[in-house]
Amino acid sequence: MMAMSRLHQYANPMRFARLSKSLLPWVGALTILLLGIGLYWGLVASPADYQQKDSVRIMYIHVPAAWMTLFVYVNMAIASAVGLIWRHPLADIAAKSCAPIGAGFTLIALVTGALWGQPMWGTWWEWGDARLVSVLVMFFLYLGYMALWQAYDEPTKASRAAAILALVGVVNVPIIHFSVEWWNTLHQTASVLKIGGPSIDASMLWPLLIMALGFTAYFVVLLLWRMRAEILARRIHVLMMQKASA
Amino acid sequence: MVESVQYIAPSAISGATPGIAVAALSCDRGGRRVFSGIEVTLSPGDALVLRGPNGSGKSSLLRVLGGYIRPAEGVLRWNGEDVWDDIGQYQACVHYVGHLDGVKPVLTVRENLTMWSALMGDAMDPDDALKHFGLGNLADLPAKYLSAGQRRRLNLARLGASQRPLWLLDEPSVSLDATSVTQLEELVASHRRTGGIVIVATHNDLQIDHATEIDMGEIDMGTLGDAT
Amino acid sequence: MMAFWQIVRRDLLLARRQGASSLLGVAFFVIVVSLFPFAVGPDAIILASIGAGIIWVAALLATLLSLDRLFQADFEDGSLDILVLTRQPIAMLVLAKTLAHWLTTALPLIIASPLLAMFMALPVDVFATLVISLAVGTPALSLIGAVGAALTVGMRRGGVLMSLLVLPLYIPVLIFGVGAMGAAMMGQDASSALMLLGAISLFALVLAPIGAAAALRLALE
Repeated sequence: MMAMSRLHQYANPMRFARLSKSLLPWVGALTILLLGIGLYWGLVASPADYQQKDSVRIMYIHVPAAWMTLFVYVNMAIASAVGLIWRHPLADIAAKSCAPIGAGFTLIALVTGALWGQPMWGTWWEWGDARLVSVLVMFFLYLGYMALWQAYDEPTKASRAAAILALVGVVNVPIIHFSVEWWNTLHQTASVLKIGGPSIDASMLWPLLIMALGFTAYFVVLLLWRMRAEILARRIHVLMMQKASA
Repeated sequence: MVESVQYIAPSAISGATPGIAVAALSCDRGGRRVFSGIEVTLSPGDALVLRGPNGSGKSSLLRVLGGYIRPAEGVLRWNGEDVWDDIGQYQACVHYVGHLDGVKPVLTVRENLTMWSALMGDAMDPDDALKHFGLGNLADLPAKYLSAGQRRRLNLARLGASQRPLWLLDEPSVSLDATSVTQLEELVASHRRTGGIVIVATHNDLQIDHATEIDMGEIDMGTLGDAT
Repeated sequence: MMAFWQIVRRDLLLARRQGASSLLGVAFFVIVVSLFPFAVGPDAIILASIGAGIIWVAALLATLLSLDRLFQADFEDGSLDILVLTRQPIAMLVLAKTLAHWLTTALPLIIASPLLAMFMALPVDVFATLVISLAVGTPALSLIGAVGAALTVGMRRGGVLMSLLVLPLYIPVLIFGVGAMGAAMMGQDASSALMLLGAISLFALVLAPIGAAAALRLALE
């Protein structure tokens, strides 16, 4: 009971607007710091792979982006569940704001995957890479989620429909990943190089982790921004309606 | 699966007032407040008539009362219990007649009726109910040949068989001739005599005796849209 | 349980009275598969190597196409309003309607599948695996599709949106369905893929009706 009322304190959009405003510069600075260190370490200071040469450095973007794809989706599903169960407007807004960010990370993972694949395999797209294929499916899931939001005029209805879809999606994500892995081993061609396999060296792991943290901080920045924008958009919507009926 | 639902018993045990009680009910549609502050209590045998122009929220109120829409604010109680604690249990007490007739054109008139009464758990003689609304000689005709008025009568014939205590009727007299309107009024009266509750939205002169009235047009929302 | 079977019976009766419309799915299934020999040439070896995949994709699309109407007709004529009042959880209503739908659309596909296996020059000894894999996998397609159908019921261009929502979720079913066929084609044991397929169907049987019920409640607001 106490926890719920505490939660509702932060649910107030005005309070959120104030809180996020004071939070944004700090998270923003953290993002720049982490991404700066990560990029320098990954792209300049870390050793080149003996086999993949410098093209291995794409991994420092690609792998964290692929992780974020999943991370953002899980966040979206959690926000959806909170919005659906406790009818929490801020949670709905958070879920809605997650989707384009997640889709953006997905796109980054896909593009960097293709760029990495070209010198390695000589093709822009390699179905043999299970992670790349899973990320592609995640991209479709994000597209569907955003399309469902678009299809409703009424935000309260849209948020509930989208929340149901996000929960159905998040239950399916592990099944999809497992099935893609299974399918991949079934059709294993020659020796496919995996980006960031288990045999990764510590000199590569550290910049990778810092990049992952940087991406997470960047996600928080974007999320707060989008939520603020969404709250303002809804306020404008209400004002317009008041004007129309005045 | 619960096959027989006892309508009055739970309240008799708990001692709560049987019937429907509505407090400070309000409803939002499309970001607009359609109505608010609805207060009404109906006991077995009571009737409520909702009046007001199109778009005044009559249909929305009926859908809130039917448990289709969760109210934005306020409480809806049935036999003293908040219906949203177990919406399925409540909806098993409701008979709803909306703007659409739920008539399947490929089934015959009798099949349409027996199908619904089987699903709703009504015990009835379909031919009796059809005769009441003058559809007796059409019983074996596929429903696709029915006129709008006949389809409405077929829809209302389900009422004749209904054993549910709460009737929600949204403009039931639309496209009915004078005779059928009288038959509908008789049906409503006899339902009330046996302890039923009827809530009806109408802007025609449906004759319902001793009914509470709410004029939805007089509830000032500041904004009135076509949000039904 | 009475109301459950009454809804199944009602939907079967409606499907039978509407006649041809429930066979459209089979016609679609057959025509789509028949297009592939025209597209890739009549070479029996090529056809056999892609045949199982083609048949599965076609079955998936045929199911999806017909699921569009799962709740739509009842929504449009007001029946859905009354169906939710019938003294049973909406999840059971979803399950009953999905079962009736599976019987009228997916079952004919399964029966027609050996014919298409012949078209695609598949060896006769994998016909049984094809039928079994479809029988085990199509319930998952119908159930997952029911969630998409419930989410898009009442929308003007719901069908296209529904495909976008549902197709990515169909991928595991497709993988294991075709995986079972691949094993059978190589003379191996297909049972592990079939079991995974069955697991997805069972999983969908438990969860999909709940999701679809929540979506239907929303649609009726």
